[in-house]
Amino acid sequence: MIIEALIGFTFLAALVVMLAPDEYAGKLAFALSLLPVVGSLYMWAGFDAGGNALMAGSIAYQTQIDWLLLSGYQLQWFVGVDGVSLPLVVLSTVLSSLAIVSAWTPIDTRQSQFYGLMLFMEANLLGVFTALDFFLWFVFWEAVLVPMYFLIGVWGGPRRKYAAIKFFVYTNIASLVMFIGFMALVFNLPVSSFGLPEITQALQAGELSGFVGLDPATLKLVAFAAMFAGFAVKVPVVPVHTWLPDAHVQAPTPVSVMLAGVLLKMGTYALLRFNFTMLPDVATRPLVATVVAAVAVISVIYGAMLALAQQDLKRIVAYSSVSSMGYVILGLIAYTGLGIGGATFQMVAHGLISGLMFMAVGVIYNVTHTRMVGDMSGMADRMPITTGILIAGAFGYMGLPLMAGFAAEYFIFQGAFASTVIPSAPLFTAASMFGIVIVAGYLLFAMQRTLFGEFRLDSDYEVHRAAFHDVAPLAVLLLCTIALGVAPGIFFEMITDAIEPVVAVVGGGA
Amino acid sequence: MDPVLLQADQLPQWTALAPALALALTGLLLFLIDSVDPDSSNPALLAAVATVGSLASLGLAGWFLSAGTGQPSTDGAIALFGDALVVDGMTLFFQALFASVTALVVVASYDYLHDRAYQAEFYSLVLFAATGMALMAAANSLAVAFIALELASLPSYALVAFLKRDSGSVEAGLKYFLIGALSSAVFVFGISLVYAATGSLLLPDVYAALSGGIEGLDGVAGVGIVMIAGGFAFKTASVPFHFWAPEAYEGAPAPVSGFLSSASKAAGFALAFRVFVTGFPVDVGIDWVLLFQVLAVATMTLGNFAAATQEEVKRMLAYSSIGHAGYALIGLAAFTGGAGGNVLGASMAHLLVYGFMNTGAFLFVALAEHWGVGRTFEDYAGLASKAPLASVAMTVFMFSLAGLPPFGGFFSKYFLFAGAVEAGFWWLAAVGAVNSALSLFYYSRVVKALWLDDATGEFELGGTPTALYAAVVFAAVATVLLLPGFPPVIETAQSAAAAVLP
Repeated sequence: MIIEALIGFTFLAALVVMLAPDEYAGKLAFALSLLPVVGSLYMWAGFDAGGNALMAGSIAYQTQIDWLLLSGYQLQWFVGVDGVSLPLVVLSTVLSSLAIVSAWTPIDTRQSQFYGLMLFMEANLLGVFTALDFFLWFVFWEAVLVPMYFLIGVWGGPRRKYAAIKFFVYTNIASLVMFIGFMALVFNLPVSSFGLPEITQALQAGELSGFVGLDPATLKLVAFAAMFAGFAVKVPVVPVHTWLPDAHVQAPTPVSVMLAGVLLKMGTYALLRFNFTMLPDVATRPLVATVVAAVAVISVIYGAMLALAQQDLKRIVAYSSVSSMGYVILGLIAYTGLGIGGATFQMVAHGLISGLMFMAVGVIYNVTHTRMVGDMSGMADRMPITTGILIAGAFGYMGLPLMAGFAAEYFIFQGAFASTVIPSAPLFTAASMFGIVIVAGYLLFAMQRTLFGEFRLDSDYEVHRAAFHDVAPLAVLLLCTIALGVAPGIFFEMITDAIEPVVAVVGGGA
Repeated sequence: MDPVLLQADQLPQWTALAPALALALTGLLLFLIDSVDPDSSNPALLAAVATVGSLASLGLAGWFLSAGTGQPSTDGAIALFGDALVVDGMTLFFQALFASVTALVVVASYDYLHDRAYQAEFYSLVLFAATGMALMAAANSLAVAFIALELASLPSYALVAFLKRDSGSVEAGLKYFLIGALSSAVFVFGISLVYAATGSLLLPDVYAALSGGIEGLDGVAGVGIVMIAGGFAFKTASVPFHFWAPEAYEGAPAPVSGFLSSASKAAGFALAFRVFVTGFPVDVGIDWVLLFQVLAVATMTLGNFAAATQEEVKRMLAYSSIGHAGYALIGLAAFTGGAGGNVLGASMAHLLVYGFMNTGAFLFVALAEHWGVGRTFEDYAGLASKAPLASVAMTVFMFSLAGLPPFGGFFSKYFLFAGAVEAGFWWLAAVGAVNSALSLFYYSRVVKALWLDDATGEFELGGTPTALYAAVVFAAVATVLLLPGFPPVIETAQSAAAAVLP
């Protein structure tokens, strides 16, 4: 019952904060958000699942209650976690709490609504990562959009309305495409529920029948394409990434943190669960694998090139997310233990590091009121601690050993190199590794120009040191990043355990 | 006379009509109260009586539904007055729907009618119209269908023109009346042709006669069925008899617009479902399933595209209401004889959810009219900063109408489209889904105006009209709770629909 308790408590907390007076809302929201953190850590401590939840593995903290009957299909309240979802649950709760703290300084209007929406979003994110019934999952999946729309649209930058609507329309149409793709599968399977495990097992047992002239193999390909298109927008990959820089740049710092840290992972998590676990026979077709790998490599390189061209620190971090999520896709399509495991690990690592980077840029912006690289230099003199953490985060992004990003990217490259699924895998892997060079380029370039050299600031604000509560979340994130880098086993073993069955289906190696 | 089965109680059969009778008696009681002392009206008393009456009707309908009155679990449908009226699960389901919308509308009208004359008449007209709707749901004979339709329509004409000093309201009333009169004529002529071909007005007899073969009269019956379909298209604001709706909804007092666009529309569907499913075999005279496929596609596409181009919120809601008539028509368009119970039930469930979310949206417009905010999207800009709770409610209505998951509208639309796919009409579901995706564009304009846009002028909201506010918030709560609470609704609707199938 702990999952229900977490989701229910977070919804309740959202309501309480929404009704609280503005002065206390931020502190109250933080205090209330600590309980989900404790709850998720408790879940982690007592985690005892084995195998993949979708492939007859044992599921931890499972609840399965019949909800309603839809013309022969049983909808259920069906939640539980396995090694793939638990790390993301922990990431969601931790990052939500830290994002709430990082909002104390920049958010100065309608606070109770802001923090209420943040908690409301957290509750739905927990639902997305724990739901194992398609309908339940889809309700949470779509419900995440609503608070995000308001968080960007009300508290964002000058072009917030445009960004909010673009985000909403893009991702909602994507959901519809994905929904239709998934339904095309379910309606042609002899299953009687929307439980993801049951559907996965029926698909892999080859029970799919054709539909209006499409044979099962073609139908699977169509469904794979529809679901991939739907999730690709959320991830996002090139060329459907254009909503992301707008949303990121206009969103206030804490919302960017949640967007990059957790929301993008919804897309890759869903890709892993739906496309790559349910339809491995489609994904491993040489043509499909080539296309997906090409999309991944293009996202890595093109995203990094775009980041290189930016002048706005926040845009740099935003575009670099496109690049990092490209690695995740590459790891997934590799279909090796290290590839998919590394991709899942990268979801968590990127959540921590991109959160750290956005927060650090936010702290600098709070103080200087500018984010343009050309408008400042020598910030290291005035904000030594923030600068130090920002540089450490940047190193994490570049993949400095002993930080989470290194471990994740190493696993992905190793896994992708050995892939038997991607035709000429070493070529794709080598091409994507150029991304690292460009990442190092633009991050060092930006750091050099803003942080070092003689102090200069083209704005009228008095530069002072950041407040304790601004820097503390950065420090926590940095510690987590290092901890995961030094001891990837914290999550990696449970991840490997959960993805082994997926890899075994296609006969991929470690 | 056989007794009605109400769990352990034994009541005479006519008491099965209690939900309709409660509405009629309340209407008469309101007249009585007004007649005692016509000059001094007591708005609170009138509103209270109307509310209690409609809630009593809702309670009775809900009680009968749960007790299984007229349903297969007891003795099956109860036929009354020489089979002219029938009480079964579908009747009670729609009566519960009408009563809940009526209750919302009369509660909200208390503030809206503040300081206006003829309040008693307003409430009793609403209740008589609701009585007509309740009878439409129970009609088992084409004659009763016509009379019930007129009983629901005539008070509606007067309600639309209620603001008699407002030329928009009067024009709307006139337009509604003229088109209503025309479509009534078409409808009754259709009935006469069907009677000519079959020799009966009772729906089961019509069905038997048509399926038994009517030599040489197939064409007559076919023309009659098409004309009857025209009558329903008027009542449900479907293409091609839809063009009265935007003017009437725009000109009418906003609570009346809510009443017409949800309860009155649902009543049209209640009658259409019963008449076509139990009265006309699919393959005699005319393939009416094909007719409704054309109507459904045309109605939802036209309604949604027209709604997307509107500048005024109320007109946008009016056109979106036409679009929703198109979705509900899927219930008949995907009807394939014995297997149609699921999709028909899904249509009924959608109409119930729609009753809350659409009435709520119009009541929010009523609230805005009460405050004198203005009519266009721009006028609504920044309203959320002054009226956050009502704006949350409106946001819920808009997203639910668009069919987003956290709200009741998601499931009702999903079941509708899934039902269509299941019946083999996947292209109908696809058209519906595309339309539904388009609708998000114009629904989110309202949300954007309320929350994201900055106010163009200063609002001076003249106080909080308690009853109107309460009705809006209640409708929003119901819209949200209909998501987790959907199982009993869809199960009741589908079993009621399945029981109606011949």
